[in-house]
Amino acid sequence: MTTYVLRRLALMVPVAFLVTIGVFMLIHLTPGDPALIILGEDRSPQAIAAIHQQLGLDQPLYVQYLIWLGHILHLDLGRSITTHQSVTTAITERLPATLELGAVALIWSLLVGIPLGTIAAVRRGSIADRLATGFTVGGVSIPNFFIGIVLIFALSVSLRLFPFGGYVPFIQDPFENLRHVVLPAIALGTAGAAINMRFTRSSMIEVLNNDYIRTARAKGASWRRVVFIHALKNALIPVVTIVGLQIGGIIEGAVVTETVFTWPGVGRLAVESILNRDYTVVQGIVLLAAFSYMFANLVVDVVYGWLDPRISFA
Amino acid sequence: MSNAPALLTSQASIRRTRIQLLALGRTHPAVTFATALVALLFLVALLAPLISPHDPIAVNADDSYLPPLSPSHLLGTDELGRDLFSRMLWGARVSLPVAFVAVAVGLFVGGLIGLVSGYAGGVIDLLLMRFIDALLAFPALILAIAIVAALGPGLRNAMIAIGIVAIPGYARLVRALVLQLKQMEFITRSLGATPMRLIVRHLIPNLLNPIIVQISLSAGFAILAEATLSFLGLGAQVPTPDWGQMINSGATFLENDPWLAIVPGAAISLTVYSFNLLGDSLRDALDPRLRS
Amino acid sequence: MSMHLLELDDVHTELSLKDGVVKAVDGVSFHVDPGETLGIVGESGSGKSMTALSIMRLLPRSGRIASGAIRFKGRDLTGLAEDEMEDLRGTEMAMIFQDPMTSLNPVYKTGWQVGEPLQIHRGANDRTAIAAATAMFGKVGIPEAQKRVNQYPHVFSGGMRQRAIIAMGLTTNPSLLIADEPTTALDVTIQAQILELLRNLNRDSGTATILITHNLGVVAGMCDRVMVMYAGRVVEEGRTEDVFAHPEHPYTWSLLRSIPRLDADDREPLKPIEGAPPDMMRLPAGCKFRPRCHFAIDRCAKEEPDLLDVRQQRSRCWVTQAGTTLSESARGS
Repeated sequence: MTTYVLRRLALMVPVAFLVTIGVFMLIHLTPGDPALIILGEDRSPQAIAAIHQQLGLDQPLYVQYLIWLGHILHLDLGRSITTHQSVTTAITERLPATLELGAVALIWSLLVGIPLGTIAAVRRGSIADRLATGFTVGGVSIPNFFIGIVLIFALSVSLRLFPFGGYVPFIQDPFENLRHVVLPAIALGTAGAAINMRFTRSSMIEVLNNDYIRTARAKGASWRRVVFIHALKNALIPVVTIVGLQIGGIIEGAVVTETVFTWPGVGRLAVESILNRDYTVVQGIVLLAAFSYMFANLVVDVVYGWLDPRISFA
Repeated sequence: MSNAPALLTSQASIRRTRIQLLALGRTHPAVTFATALVALLFLVALLAPLISPHDPIAVNADDSYLPPLSPSHLLGTDELGRDLFSRMLWGARVSLPVAFVAVAVGLFVGGLIGLVSGYAGGVIDLLLMRFIDALLAFPALILAIAIVAALGPGLRNAMIAIGIVAIPGYARLVRALVLQLKQMEFITRSLGATPMRLIVRHLIPNLLNPIIVQISLSAGFAILAEATLSFLGLGAQVPTPDWGQMINSGATFLENDPWLAIVPGAAISLTVYSFNLLGDSLRDALDPRLRS
Repeated sequence: MSMHLLELDDVHTELSLKDGVVKAVDGVSFHVDPGETLGIVGESGSGKSMTALSIMRLLPRSGRIASGAIRFKGRDLTGLAEDEMEDLRGTEMAMIFQDPMTSLNPVYKTGWQVGEPLQIHRGANDRTAIAAATAMFGKVGIPEAQKRVNQYPHVFSGGMRQRAIIAMGLTTNPSLLIADEPTTALDVTIQAQILELLRNLNRDSGTATILITHNLGVVAGMCDRVMVMYAGRVVEEGRTEDVFAHPEHPYTWSLLRSIPRLDADDREPLKPIEGAPPDMMRLPAGCKFRPRCHFAIDRCAKEEPDLLDVRQQRSRCWVTQAGTTLSESARGS
C-alpha cells in the first residue's frame, strides 16, 4: 500500500513542476506589456522601465520564474493588478462559497447517479434502463449554464420556489443558505450525475457477470442481498476513480455556474479578472485549480487503493 | 477477395473499414440515428445562408421582443429585433467550424506527439508523456479559459485553446495504438511467418475505429467548450450569431422573453447530443467484445 | 421403495440464443439416492452443467426449464417460487463451481464468505458465522484456520481456495452437494487431494454428491455410479465398475479407449474420438452420436434410440440394445 502511494506521489512531482512552468508562461504569453496596462496614461519610457524593474520584468525569464516559484511556495500569489489586494486573500475570501457549492454538487451527483446506475444495471434492457441511458448522454450534452438558466426560469421566475441567485452565509441563516445553493448545485452536478450513472451501470453489469455472484446465489442469497452486499462494494470501487474526474468537472463548471447564479465564489472571480485583464489573479486561480485537481486525483487514487483489499493487503 | 498479400494496400483496408461502418447502421439503429442528426447539422450549417428567412445580424428596433410564431419570425426576435430563427441557423456556422478546427488541432498535434512518443520510446516517451500529463493536470475548461485569457478573447483564440485542450486525448490514444502496432511488429518478426502487410490489414480497422469514436466525442466536447467560452464573453463577440453568446445576452431577459435563451440552449444541447450519441453508439457498435 | 433424494423426470431445458433456441438438456431422467455419489461425464456443451444449473434453478437469463419435473425430497423444484428455492439453496442443496479464483468475492474475508449461509438461513451473527467457518476450515484441511478466516481470497493458493469453497458448500450440512468440475482449474497434484477430500467428506457426512467432469479418471476413484451425457441427452448410466469394465455405449467406449495407458506400446498412436463435438443448433436426425460412431448401423441414421436397460446399465444405442458387445472386433468402421 505504501509503495502504491509513494509511486503516485513520485509521478506527481515532475508534472507539478511542468504545471507551474505552464502557468508562469501564461502571463508571458499575453500580448502586450503588463506595464502599459498598469500605467494607463503616463507611458514615458522611464515610467515603463520603472514598472519593469518593480515587477522584476527586466530579469531573464528563468530568474523571474524562480522568483515567482519561490513566492508560490510561500503561498504568496502576488497582488491584483486592479484592486492591489493580495491574490491569496482574494481567493481565500471566496473559497468557502465555492467549496460549499462544489460539495453539494458532488453529493447531488453521487446521490442521483449511483442509485440510478444500479437500478439500470439490475433491470438491464428494461424501459427504465433505456430511459436512464438516454439521460446519460443527454446529461453531459446540455451545458451546465443552460441547465442553470432553465432551472432559474422554471423554479425561480415562474414558480418562485427558489431565489434567482446570490448567496447567504451559512452562519447567518442556514436555511436561506441552503435555499440558495440548491439550484446552482443541481446545475453544476447534473453532468456528473450522468457520468456516475453510466459508470455505475457498466461497473455493476460487469460485477453481476462474475462467478462469485453465482456462488452467492448458490448459497441461497436473495437478489437484494446479492446486489447490495456482494455486488455493490465491488462495483463502487472503480466508481471512486471517476470521482476525481468529476471534481475536475466541478472545478471548471463552477466558473460558469457561479456566473449564472451570481455566486460569490472563486469561479466568478476568475471570470471578472479575465475580463478586467487582471492577470495575477487569473494566474493564481488557475494554479489553484490545477493543484486542487491533482491533489483530488491523488486522494482518489489512495482511497481506491485502500478500498480494494487486493491492493491494501497485497 | 484476392489472396495475394502484395496487393493488399492500406487503401483496401480503409475501404473495408468504410464498408464495415456502413453495414453497422443496419445492425445498430442508434448509429444511423446519430449519423442522421449530425448530417442534418452539417446541412443546416451549410445551407443557413440560403434557408434563413432574415439576415441574422440585421438590427430592427421596431420589431424587437416579438414572441415565437409571429408573422415572418418563426421563433420571434431578440432585444434588437434580430430574427431568432435565422440566428439559430447561422449559429451552426460558428459552432461546427470551431469543432472542426479544434478536433483537427487535437488530432494532428496530439496524434503527432503520440506517434513520436510511441515509436521513439525511452526518454522521449517519458518526457512527452509528462508534458501530456501536465496538460491533463488542468481541468479541461480551466485550461481553455487560461489560454484564452492569455491570448485575448475572440473566436480564433477560442479555437486554438480548445484545440490545445483536445491534444492529450489524441496523444494518449495514438500512442497506445502505436504501441499495439509495435507489439504486432515484434511478434511477426520473431515468428517470421506473416508479412507485415497482412498484419496492417487487420490492424487498420482496429486503429481507425477508436480514432473515429474519439473524433465524435471530442467534437461534442469542443462545441460545448466553445459555447461556454462564448457565454463567458471569451469566445465569439457581438454581433456574431453564436449560440453561447446568445444565451449570455438572452439570460438578462429571462423573465420577459425566455425564448432568447432557450432557443440557442436547445440548439447547443441538440448538437452536442448528436455528436456524443454518435461517438457512444459507434463505440458500442465497434466493440470487438460485443461482435459475434 | 424408498424415495430417491433427487429425481429428474424427462427434464427439458432450453437456451434462447441469438440464432435460435438450443435444447441444452433434452429429456434427461435420472436419480440420486441419499449418501451416494454420481458422476456426470461429458464434453463441453453436452448439457452436464446445464442439468446441474436446472436442478439449482440458477439458469442464466437466456435459459428456462421448458418441461419435466425435478423432485428433491419429494418436492417438484420446477414449481417452486424463487424465495422457496432460496430457502433450499445453501441449506439442503449446495453447488460449487469450477474456478476457485473467481468464485470467491475478492472484497470480503474468506471466513465471512464461508460462514454466510449461516447468516442467510440461520440468522447467525458475524461472530458465530466466522467461528463455524473456522471449524469448517479445519474439516477441509486448511491449516492455521484462525488466521486464515480473516484473510482475503487473493492470498490463498488455488487448492486452498477450492477447499474453502467446499467448506462453504458444506457449512449447513446439505443433503445434496453438486460439484461442477471442482478440480479442472487446479494442478494435477492438488486435484488428487481435493478429490480425496470430497470422498472423505461424502463418507463421513453422508452428503449425496453429484460430481460433474469431463475427465473419466476423476470419476473412477470417486463415484458409485456414473452417467454419460452427449448432446443434451443421457447416453449411458450405471455403476462405475460396470461402465468401466463393459461400456454399453459407443461414446463411453471411445472415451475409455482414448485414455492413454502406461502399459501401452510406445509406438501405438493415441486413439482420440474422431469428428467434432455436435453443433447444438444443427443436430443430425436419428442418433446424435452417429457421425462419430464406430459401430453405427443403418437404423442409427433414421431413428433415435431410447434409453433402455442393457445388461447391467442403461444405454441409448441400437447396437447394444440389439445384443452386441462393444469391442475392437465389433467395430464397423
